[in-house]
Amino acid sequence: MTTENLVYERPEAFTEMPTHYCPGCTHGVAHRLVAEVLDEMGIVDKTIGVAPVGCAVFAYNYFDTDFVEAPHGRAPAMATGVKRVLPDRVVFTYQGDGDLASIGMGEIVHAAARGENITVIFINNANYGMTGGQMAPTTLPGMKTSSSQSGRDVETQGYPIKVSEMLSTLEGVGYCARRSLHDPKNIRLAKKAIRTAFETQVRGLGFSMVELLSTCPTNWGMTPVNALKFVEERMIPAYPLGDYKISDAIKQIKV
Amino acid sequence: MPKELWKGNEAIAEAAVRAGLEAYFGYPITPQTEILEYLSRRMPELGRAFVQAESELGAINMVYGAACTGVRVMSSSSSPGISLMMEGLSYIAGTEIPAVLVNVMRGGPGLGNIAPAQSDYNQAVRGGGHGDYPRIVLAPASVQEAIDLTTLSFDLAEKYRMITMIILDGSTGQMMEPAEMTALSEPKRKNFEWATNGAMNRERRILSSIYLNPLDEEKTNLRMLKNWKNVQANEVRYKEYFLEDAKYVIVGFGTAGRVALSAVREARAQGIKVGLLRPITVSPFPYEALDQLTSQAEAFLVAEMNMGQMLDDVLLTVRGRVPVEFYGRPGGVVPFHNEILDEIHRIATGPVTVQTDPRESWLTRMYGNLKIAVP
Repeated sequence: MTTENLVYERPEAFTEMPTHYCPGCTHGVAHRLVAEVLDEMGIVDKTIGVAPVGCAVFAYNYFDTDFVEAPHGRAPAMATGVKRVLPDRVVFTYQGDGDLASIGMGEIVHAAARGENITVIFINNANYGMTGGQMAPTTLPGMKTSSSQSGRDVETQGYPIKVSEMLSTLEGVGYCARRSLHDPKNIRLAKKAIRTAFETQVRGLGFSMVELLSTCPTNWGMTPVNALKFVEERMIPAYPLGDYKISDAIKQIKV
Repeated sequence: MPKELWKGNEAIAEAAVRAGLEAYFGYPITPQTEILEYLSRRMPELGRAFVQAESELGAINMVYGAACTGVRVMSSSSSPGISLMMEGLSYIAGTEIPAVLVNVMRGGPGLGNIAPAQSDYNQAVRGGGHGDYPRIVLAPASVQEAIDLTTLSFDLAEKYRMITMIILDGSTGQMMEPAEMTALSEPKRKNFEWATNGAMNRERRILSSIYLNPLDEEKTNLRMLKNWKNVQANEVRYKEYFLEDAKYVIVGFGTAGRVALSAVREARAQGIKVGLLRPITVSPFPYEALDQLTSQAEAFLVAEMNMGQMLDDVLLTVRGRVPVEFYGRPGGVVPFHNEILDEIHRIATGPVTVQTDPRESWLTRMYGNLKIAVP
């Protein structure tokens, strides 16, 4: 095969390790998009990743960059520590919704408010995946999980938190967008957003985050295809896609 | 350097700066806030990192992140804030990276008060965070010693890739004393072979505290213990006062040790053969020095500003060979030297016997001294 025919290969930012994610889970897609962006920007050797606690706890096995592993929810604080002493490096966190929007809500809000020059990849799959599908802050009203077995009752279990909307009100945020990973078109849009987020960081334009609506077929009890449909039909109406904050300087960036 | 008048907290902050501190992350809490305030001004002036974190949880995890890059990093807090930091501390220990943490202790438990106390000894020395891990704990008794131990803390943390804590009570943090400050030097980044600072021209690195396979975690635990044995063999520090011919030996650290020294001096003037052993490293604890004193002492008196925490380390060493007595003032109360002098008189006039738990007779005496009813 000549290189002209090569249309698909492993990004250089990836190691050879196969992922441990369940069939149909979109973590692998999200990982790949981040890896492609690191490749295209030529920043693999100056990037330091911060892994969360949750399904992506082993993210460091898949990215061929320096990596640290944070306590549950504390990735933005750890990333702050790394970035403040190494401002010329690229620092990103990769966090799920239990990690970021529940136990780590304090850390993410204040990292955003300080305008920390870090990039956050936020996976919203409406449940705690690793511990077996419990209710997360992002679980939809009425959605059944192992800790909301009759469906999330908003009277007693509260309402979902819309993280992108909330963080976009903070001055320190340069770029904040929500995308979905349920079909090829949206995956391409997600990649563009991830690129914009990293461009925001390397230009020193403040905090950047991309929220990615993702699937969890195993814990949702669905086939991978039905899980993708669930994202399209149920998640997107509750979590509308779009750019929630683009500072004027970032609007000038062409990616 | 000439002696200057330094406040304990500010002296620690400046000593850390001069030892090459590159990043400080903290959160306000009395009685340590001056460290944060001082560094909020000093660090940016030198182009170094300072962040007032959203919480102690945030602060310790910023420390964790910066420590992974191999720079000299520190946080400070007081008792309730240190409790919040225990999660991060356990992770830092599990990742085997150096970090310095200062605890200017106050009265507890709970919100307690803001008065000087030594009641976090067990939390500091025994671990505090989850999991099985060693840590170095230094206990200064003066502003000068706080400066010297701050300098030392960074060297020890790096040498052993281990958390080094400095525990002092609020009075040492708040008081002003003449002290000699160290010289200011530019931070020199050491190119540690473990630091995650960007994989430029080298294999990438991972720093984590995960060992999913229990056999790997077990090996890690054993490696930490082996490392700790080196610390125990090489880093025990203590100070001896009037011990050559002492029949009675007081053991006290930090401010309690300092107050005890005044009592010892007065008792010596009265002809009582009493001396003082003041541990400077409460972890590693000076077991050997204390063990040797057991053959010479007729009785020990442990003086602490808590309900008897270091007391357990003394009991463990003496092992019933000689009577051990206890005198403590918990809750944020600093003992007067005459209280300890009274205890010396009581022990010297005897008789004292070996007790299973010296706290019990102490408690009875305390209720009498304080003239409060026994509940």
